[in-house]
Parts: sequence; structure tokens; C-alpha cells
Amino acid sequence: MRSIKRRDFLCTGALAAGSVLFTSRIAFAGSGTRPRFVFVILRGALDGLSAVPPYADPDYARLRGEVAIPSPGAAGGALKLNGLFALHPSLAFLNECYGAQELIVFHAIASPYRERSHFDGQDVLENGCARAHAVQTGWINRALAALPAQSSARRGELGIALGQNVPLVMRGPAPVASWSPSKLAALDEDTLQRITDLYSADPLLSQRLADALATQSVAEAPQDEPMMAGADEHAPAQLLAAREQPNAKGGAPYKEIIHATARFLKSDDGPRVAVFDALGWDTHANEGGAQGQLAARLAGLDAGLRILKEDLGPVWRDTVVMVVTEFGRTAAVNGTRGTDHGTGAAAFLIGGAVHGGRVIADWPGLSARALYQGRDLAPTTDLHSALKGVLADHLQVSTRALESTVFPDSAGSKSLQGLLRA
Amino acid sequence: MADSARAAIAVNRYGLGARPGELLHAGEDPEGWLGAQLAASPPRVAGAGLRASADILSQALELRRERRAARAGDAPASADAAVVMKIGQLFRPIYVDEATARIRTALATDRPFLEHLTYFWTNHFAVSVDKVAVLGVAGSFEREAIRPRVLGSFADLLLASTHHPAMLLYLDNQTSVGPNSLLAQRAERRASERRLGINENLAREILELHTLGVAGGYTQKDVTSFAEVLTGWSIGAQFGRLPGGVPGQFTFRPEMHEPGAKSVLGKRYADDGVGQAVAVLQDLARHPATAHFIATKLARHFIADEPPPQAVEHLQRVFLDSSGDLPSVYRALIRLKESWTQAFSKFKTPGEYIVSSLRGLEIPDDYAPKAFASFALLGQRIYAPGSPAGWPDRGADWDGASAVMKRIEWADALSQKLGSHRDAASLAPQWLGAGMSTATHASIARAASASQALTLLLTAPEFMRR
Repeated sequence: MRSIKRRDFLCTGALAAGSVLFTSRIAFAGSGTRPRFVFVILRGALDGLSAVPPYADPDYARLRGEVAIPSPGAAGGALKLNGLFALHPSLAFLNECYGAQELIVFHAIASPYRERSHFDGQDVLENGCARAHAVQTGWINRALAALPAQSSARRGELGIALGQNVPLVMRGPAPVASWSPSKLAALDEDTLQRITDLYSADPLLSQRLADALATQSVAEAPQDEPMMAGADEHAPAQLLAAREQPNAKGGAPYKEIIHATARFLKSDDGPRVAVFDALGWDTHANEGGAQGQLAARLAGLDAGLRILKEDLGPVWRDTVVMVVTEFGRTAAVNGTRGTDHGTGAAAFLIGGAVHGGRVIADWPGLSARALYQGRDLAPTTDLHSALKGVLADHLQVSTRALESTVFPDSAGSKSLQGLLRA
Repeated sequence: MADSARAAIAVNRYGLGARPGELLHAGEDPEGWLGAQLAASPPRVAGAGLRASADILSQALELRRERRAARAGDAPASADAAVVMKIGQLFRPIYVDEATARIRTALATDRPFLEHLTYFWTNHFAVSVDKVAVLGVAGSFEREAIRPRVLGSFADLLLASTHHPAMLLYLDNQTSVGPNSLLAQRAERRASERRLGINENLAREILELHTLGVAGGYTQKDVTSFAEVLTGWSIGAQFGRLPGGVPGQFTFRPEMHEPGAKSVLGKRYADDGVGQAVAVLQDLARHPATAHFIATKLARHFIADEPPPQAVEHLQRVFLDSSGDLPSVYRALIRLKESWTQAFSKFKTPGEYIVSSLRGLEIPDDYAPKAFASFALLGQRIYAPGSPAGWPDRGADWDGASAVMKRIEWADALSQKLGSHRDAASLAPQWLGAGMSTATHASIARAASASQALTLLLTAPEFMRR
């Protein structure tokens, strides 16, 4: 099926405005550069305690059990950031950025949302309000709409959604572009796994799916590797192995999206703000530790961000990438070697324009007393504060707009200062 | 079975998949909901620019005349190719418009059972656009021959289908000539090298596929004889070898018709020209083998791949007792207890899968032009069954591994486009009702995102079936 632009598809009034082809040029006040902002949504709730393990927290190893990431220096150990925090060993590029002072790690951060529904959590993350379904527009779009316009007409939109859907965060009064690859894509591993589970009681469909996957794995196998050559007893194991490597195709799962993001952001007349999302973070079972399911996903994300930097070249200097998720996961490992929906999360601010090399966290600790509702990392940093800081300092969104339209319920969320290089 | 479970069967297996609210509506009286759709005459298909078959064909015939003229002269081969291309250029957009109108109707209709029955009969009297001659008229065939008669008698449907230029072209009857016809005699006198004779394609397929069924007791002699009966059933043209009649419309050409009385299935039919075939068709329409064949196909389509014999027997009896009155047969079908015992007994064809997905998601009908390509992508290009037998109707014909995977990928792509614009958790009970499994419910509830939840709903085992 060919790609469908959302505005062809669901004509809300706001998007109908996208048919106005000439939008005003935006002047980013007070800077000679043109800032780029990339917002990455990790849907499904990233386990911040694995992505950014607080290895020195006295309760960490005990709570996390077999999903705990070994301390820095141990075999497969985490990548040390400071005396308390480290990065998951899969996040090599982020670690380099940290060393280059281009990464800020946020921990125990959360949006105003305090329940544990993915859909509502993502809604709050994107709508910029205090509760789910409060409005049908997103804070990035409202921020774009609030930017001062310059009279010289230039074709094109300031924002672009990469992927087949324009996410809520990018919907609203400002016209936005969208782009997606046009051919039918293979499913992400997480969705495929869920369908496989859903088919487990259906002999026909589970067989068909298994057959299709086996065919695919053959089709995708490197030419120089003999596939199941005469080793029947090994065949099932090989298939299993193939299924357990999320990025068996090689490279980052979002490669195509990321190349496109960079292409768009580098273009002189192109958009300045890009949004894309990544699925597969809902690690309820067999999450893994230094290796395994989550590790592979983090490696894919890390590789994708590295590609973004490489593709952007000199534009990286003017770029800020914010990576967020709807909420964190339980402090303790659950009964299926995974973690359930939680509260306090981790987030990343990366880019050449970031005043990085820092962890921003008012660490509440993981003691039984410190946990939110006895189970989750307690949220101590307000995500809206961080976002307001980025929008104000990077995109030059006015304080008035930030308080009134972009984050309307956020009077109590003080903008974080100094996130960007001076 | 509780009404809620019956409602899920009514909207999914008999309808085209529930639009939100439809299941609730049907739930008050599922059988009544289906029956009410049979009451008024079928609506016309709306669509700007949909043209009559005769109009389309007369334009094509004009192009063919140019082609003949080019061939007759010293025109280069490229001129001939250019005309062939012109015919394609004429037909292709017409085909796309027709297919799009069909999708729009499927998305919008509040009589999905009637629409489903229309598909059933179009597939029963199949023409296929992979034969270029019918590319431009497959859609108008459905609109002109099938739709208006879905609530009539089987005999009327059979007659209309056989009369229609699309069927005559598809099964090559327009040039079938009786060996002793005036035209054949004339050709013989002129010692023409071109041997004129019958083409038995249409006669055979009517017996095998439209009426008696392959085991219906006819012989090759019956086929040949019936083909002679059908000679002269042709299409009007202004020019060419066979001028006469209204261009592009059904025309009986007495000069092509094999003279004399003929015997089909042991019955002698006097020659009264066009009426001879009409008489045969009317007898075929009420033949017990036809009743059995139609009853089997209906039961297979609406009850199960291997329908219960007692259900088939009952439908056959009603068919015969009512002289093939189709609404009587449909009512008998929806009254059968076998129709309501097993939910999700049929694996959806790709077309059924696409239509039910789009209806369930309330995709606006202006999406139809984009949905068009999905049918080919998933393996069921509209109006292209590829054979006069029509699309097959058993699960095994559709549930191959690659087909299932394609369907999943298509569903996932659609879900990602829709994302949080649809709420799978609230849609699921409106689609599947009491038929939803706890596993499907739990899977949707646990999904990591709105679009993933939609994918899981669209690919749920229940939704793969009807």
C-alpha cells in the first residue's frame, strides 16, 4: 500500500490548514544559527533503571535481580557516568556523547501523569497538559505555532513527523509535514512477538506465522552462511536464535527513518523540528540484562542516534535530540524476568548544542520507603521543566507562550536553565 | 445461542464486518437485522462518471475499427500497438473508478448483508479483468446485471448475466457461429478460409459454473448442443464484420444462430431464435442440480467450508419450492440453526479482510481510491478472480503463510497510520462482541501503544475470520 499522508486521511480542521502551502519564515530570535530539534518517543515505557542503572544505589542489585546491569568494571558492566549512575553497555554512542559533553541524562523524571496506562501516559507526554485527552493537539505543534513569523514567504513546514503516523505531539494548528517509507514493512519484533503469543492457541495461524518467519529468515540470511544445511535437529534452535535477535537484518531498526530525518533537517528550506517514535520497550517478560531483549533494542536506538549525528554532519552542532518515554518501570524485577509499568523514568538530551556531560537527577533512592507507591522509582524531576528549558533556550519560544499555550497547566513547573550551550 | 453471540455472527459472517454501533444495532434481533436488509429493492451504486457498458464498449469498438483499418492498410505494426494501448488507456481508468465505487459502497452501506450477497453473485457469475476485453466493463457488469437482481429470482440473474456483453465477451460467445447458420453458409459459398463455428466456452461454463455444477449430470453432447442454442447471442456494433444492433449492447444475430430444434439434458427445444436459449436457461435455473449447487455454494460461503448436508438439503428444497426466489433462500439460510452455531467459522478472503478492517475503523469513504491497491497487494485484485470459476471459497485457498504474513503487515501499516486516532480497546467489543476471546482482549489491553493495540485487534484470530 502506498504511503498515506495523514492529512489526506483524517481531515481535522487543524490539518486542513496544512493545505496552505506558504508558511511564514521563522526568525529564531537572537541567534545566527538555525536550531534543530528532534523528539524521539520510546513507546511502551523504557526501563530507565536498566538504561541508566544507578549502580551505586544500595538497593539496585537486590531489587533488579537477574535484570540488574553489572556495575562498571565488571564483565558486561555498565558504562560509568559518575559515582552513582552508568549507562547500559549497549549505549556506546551515548557514552561517547557524554564524554564529549553532548549528553544530559535525566533520571527519576516524569510527566504529570501518575497512572500506568501506556495510551494515557503517551497522551499526556504528547499533549503537554496535566491529564490525558485534555486537548487534541500536541505541545510541539503549539510551540511551532507560537514562534514569531517573519514576512518572507518560504515554502514548507517547520515540523515533520517521520513514520506513517503524525503523533499527537506534532498535531495542531501549525502545518506539519510527514514522511514514511512507502512499501509494506516488516513488523517490529515486539509486535510480532505479541501476535505470535496471540496465535499460540490457534494451531493454524501459529503454524502459518512460524512458516512465514522461517521463510523470511532464510530470505534474510547472509549468503555465505549455510542455512540449516542437513542439520534437522538444529533447525528449530537456529530459528529460535534468529527470532531472538531483534535486529537480525543488521543495523538500526530506524535506519531509514533516521536517514530521512537527517536529510530533512539538513535541507536549507526543510523543517527544523522532527518527531519519530520507536516501539518495543514494554519489557514485561525476559527483559534481559547486559544482554538480551532490551539490550538489543537499546543498541538499535544507540546505533540510530549515531547515524543521525553522522548524517547531520556540521548541523549536529545546532541540534538537540530529546529521547523520552511515557513512564518508567517497576523498581523490582517481576516474576517473568521483566518489569511492569512504573512511574519515574530516564530521558536523554543529546546533541552538539547540548551543555552536556551531566546527569540531572534529584535521586530519591530505591529504598522501600523511597519508592513511589512502594514499587516505582519516585518522580523528582518534572519533564515539563526540562521541555520548557529546551524550547525556551533552543527554539526561543517565549515564556508567555510556554506558560499559556504550550504547557498550559505548567505554571508550577519552573523552566530548567542552562541545558544548552551558551 | 445468546443474541449477543448471534449478533457477532450476523455482522461478521453475513455482513461485511461491523462498523462501530452496528453490532449493538444488530444485537436487538440479529436475524431480523439481516432480514430487514432484504426488504427494499437494492440501491444503485453512486459514483460520478460511472458509465453504462454499452457506452464504454461502443467507444472501444470504435477504437477497434481504427485498428482494423490500420491493419488493412500498409500501416506499420506500431500503429496497431498504438490502438491496443488506446483501448487499455480507455479501460483502465474506468476499471479503477468502478472498483473505487465498489469500495465506497462497501464502506458506506448500512445493508452489508445485501452487499455481501452481491459479491457472492458477482463471484458466482465471474468475469475477470485479466482478460483485457472485460477490463472496462467488469464493474458495469456488476452494476447492471447483478446488483439489481440480487433480491430477484435466480433465473433472472442467470438471464441477465448471460445477456450481458461482459459475460459474452469474457466467455467468447459474441463470435460463436452456428455451423449451419446463414453466416456460415455465406462464408462457405465465398470459400472463405476462415472457418466459422461454435465456441462452447459460455455454454460449458453456464452448465458447470453457473447452474448444474460439474457433477450436475450433463454430457459433452449437452455442452455442444447448448452452445448451438446460444449462437447469435452477441454484441451490437456499428462497423466491422458484424454491423447491426445497438453498438455495445446485447444483440441477437439471427444470421449467426444455428437453426433448428436442439436437445439439452434430454429435453427438446424448438427454435424460436433468441428464445431458445432463454428457454434452456429458465429450465437450468430450476433444475434440482442447480438448486443443489447454489445451496451448497451459499452454505459454504455463509456457514462453513464444509457445510452441514442437512443445511444444504434444506436450502435446496426452499430453492426448488420457491422457483429460485432468492430472498426466500436467503431467509431460509438465516433461519437455519447451523448458521448460528459456530462463530468465526470462515477464514476471510483478503477482500473481506480489507473491507471489514476499513468498516470497523470507520475509514472515510474518500479513502477508497487508496484502499484499491490493497486488494491486489493482499492477493485479491478487484474483479480479477482470474478464472470463470470465480475466487475460491475455502479457508485453505486463502490462509497460506505468506498470505497471512502479508495481511499482518498490511494491518500493522494501517495501524501505524491511524495510531492513536482509534482506540482498539473500545473497538474490539464493537467488532467481535461476544465472540472476542479472552486472549485477544488481554493482548489488546496490554499493548504498548495505540497502534500496536490496533495491529493486535486487526490480526486477532477472530478478526482473521468471519
